[in-house]
Amino acid sequence: MIQYIIRRFLYAIPLLFGVNVLTFVLFFIVNSPDDMARMQLGQKHVTEQAVENWKQQRGYHLPLLWNDQQQGIKKVKETIFYQKSVNLFLFQFGISDSGRNIGADIKQRMWPSLAVALPTLLVGLLVNITVALMMVLFRGSYLEFSSIVLCVILMSISSLFYIIGGQFVIGKLLKLVPISGYDGGLDAIKFLVLPVIISVIAGIGSGARWYRTLFLEEVNKDYVRTARAKGLTETQTLFRHVLQNALIPILTGVVVVLPLLFMGSLILESFFSIPGLGSYTIDAINRQDFAIVRSMVFLGSVLYIFGLLLTDISYTIVDPRVRLS
Amino acid sequence: MTILWTDALIFFLVLMMLVLGFYLRGKEHLRRPIGKVTASRVGMMSLVILVFFGMIGLLDSIHFKPANDKSNEIISLLDYWTTSIRQQQEKTYSSPFAAYSYSKENITTDDGRQLWTYPRLKYGGAHLKNPDIKKTHDIMQKAAIGFTKGAGLFAFFFILLLSFFKERKQTILKGTAAKPVWMIIFIIVSGSYMLIDLSGFYHVLGTDKVGEDVFYQAVKSIRTGLVIGSLTTLIMLPLAIIFGIMAGFFRGWVDDVIQYIYTTLNSIPGVLLIAASILMVQVYMANNEDQFTSLVVRADMRLLFLCLILGVTSWTGLCRLLRAETLKLREMEYVQAAQALGVRRRIILMRHILPNVMHIILISVVLDFSSLVLAEAVLSYINIGVDPTTYSWGNMINSARLEMAREPIVWWSLMASFLFMFTLVLAANIFADTVRDAFDPRRADND
Repeated sequence: MIQYIIRRFLYAIPLLFGVNVLTFVLFFIVNSPDDMARMQLGQKHVTEQAVENWKQQRGYHLPLLWNDQQQGIKKVKETIFYQKSVNLFLFQFGISDSGRNIGADIKQRMWPSLAVALPTLLVGLLVNITVALMMVLFRGSYLEFSSIVLCVILMSISSLFYIIGGQFVIGKLLKLVPISGYDGGLDAIKFLVLPVIISVIAGIGSGARWYRTLFLEEVNKDYVRTARAKGLTETQTLFRHVLQNALIPILTGVVVVLPLLFMGSLILESFFSIPGLGSYTIDAINRQDFAIVRSMVFLGSVLYIFGLLLTDISYTIVDPRVRLS
Repeated sequence: MTILWTDALIFFLVLMMLVLGFYLRGKEHLRRPIGKVTASRVGMMSLVILVFFGMIGLLDSIHFKPANDKSNEIISLLDYWTTSIRQQQEKTYSSPFAAYSYSKENITTDDGRQLWTYPRLKYGGAHLKNPDIKKTHDIMQKAAIGFTKGAGLFAFFFILLLSFFKERKQTILKGTAAKPVWMIIFIIVSGSYMLIDLSGFYHVLGTDKVGEDVFYQAVKSIRTGLVIGSLTTLIMLPLAIIFGIMAGFFRGWVDDVIQYIYTTLNSIPGVLLIAASILMVQVYMANNEDQFTSLVVRADMRLLFLCLILGVTSWTGLCRLLRAETLKLREMEYVQAAQALGVRRRIILMRHILPNVMHIILISVVLDFSSLVLAEAVLSYINIGVDPTTYSWGNMINSARLEMAREPIVWWSLMASFLFMFTLVLAANIFADTVRDAFDPRRADND
């Protein structure tokens, strides 16, 4: 088992390296630091000196990959690639273009993101599975047909509509909860209710349909027929056998997104002004803060790869058929 | 005539579809699934809606510089035909079918008094002397006339069609899906005729902040949505097909390299990769302004870039499916037999593998379409989508969402974009389901 986990860990290293090289190419080769400086300082009246200063402040004045002017190991170390990209491996995100410590910001902002994303995931899972089970239980009836139609309709509505509509109806007309904002501690709950409800509703359409196909695949299998043949009622087969067997794909689908919950959701957080990592990224995009976007890209991939790893491990734990080879 | 990049690619896509349709015409193994699609009522209805949207998009893709216009503006055929709507600009907001402006203004009456009241609109309902009394009646009347005209047009062409295809009368009238299809065509033709008729006198969906007709904006946005949905797949398909089939067929180091590439790309969260790439495109455009001669060209390039980036981020899913399917197919007896007979690998790939994964490609293309249209709105909302000057539903939502806080609220801009987007996406979703049910061999066994 441990050997297996170590092998999976080693497999993650080339992936992370690939991500790192890709972001490096995207951020430093496609456009040189000079281009970025001009963009940030304004196009027309930029002196060479101003561009140099801007680069100096942010450490972009070094050569890209190889520094001829230094000695020994410093030839590699005193370069943008080493300073900006390799340090990401050590989770040293450095300073943002506006001069803040990115690492500290991330540490502070990931909790609000998690506070929104985790309840959303759990409630969403519960609701989607319940709806899907109901659809499978009443399959072939008008109830199922109409709920499938409803699912397709729900799926076709833009998520922006749910957010704007939900804010308008619940927040502005009914005045049940504040429209947006955030607070520390338990006060946060009243700010979190609305985003959670909205994202759960927005996810029902595709989620319930997805779980329904999962369940339907299981329902047609032989063991279900056996269970029915030995006299179990439809509900018993569904909850005892089908649900338990379908839990394996459900679980692995959930595990892979677990680490990404820290990243938060971009639109949701910016609409509800929750100070999480999603809104952090959006602000960075709007301010064109390349350092933050670069760090977030890397952090996102690290978390995703970690999620894949967890999935593999959880597979081996829950599914006895999977062998470690 | 001016051909923008996306225009060229769209027409290339249409041409490809025609060629493919011609090539697949009458193929025996496709008769059953295609028959299943044509027999599905909702499927055919949504196809009609999609085709209607597609035609508007195509009209909007033929660009030219008007000869009599001195300005260097590039307009499309659709713009040309809707010149009256395009140029009937009000000062600011006005609600749908309004005759009065949304905000109060100081106006001087004929006898020199100053009045603090809602001014009449310049174009909306301007033909009415006394809009308070006459407006509803007038709208009803104009709508009825427009609808009748449209219905007449429909009837004319319907009868023309029947007389041309006398011997095929049975299929036109009696097919399983014939009735709903003709019904929906009737509704579309008469409905759009009615809307066009009304647009001459009113702002059917109101006007936005700078007084532009919202109906016009929503119609113009159709092209953007379609371009994103279709060109992205055009870019994604070659990547996914070539890499997916090669990885599955050759295995070994080819497979390893391709798997490495798509896992790496896949591990970067899509939105962030798009954001990073769009930021870079912005920097590039800002530093090379001289390459983009006009606003339209610039916006068009950005749209193309967006499709490109979306394509790069979204090919991995299809690639993985194709790899798995090819892995299965290459062990099939007929492929083994072909190999044993010494058929060249290129030929095996083209003749035995590719046609057998076609259904996966088709299904994933139609399934992706709707999610791409929805993604455009979200991306434009966070400013990493299309150019702010491009008409798109995302941009409409973005500029209108703060207006919900106004009193009375300005709802029409949001509503219009959501309705148009919803219609397109719903039609696409239903059609995708129909296609999947018809072409997926696993589902075909069930009935």
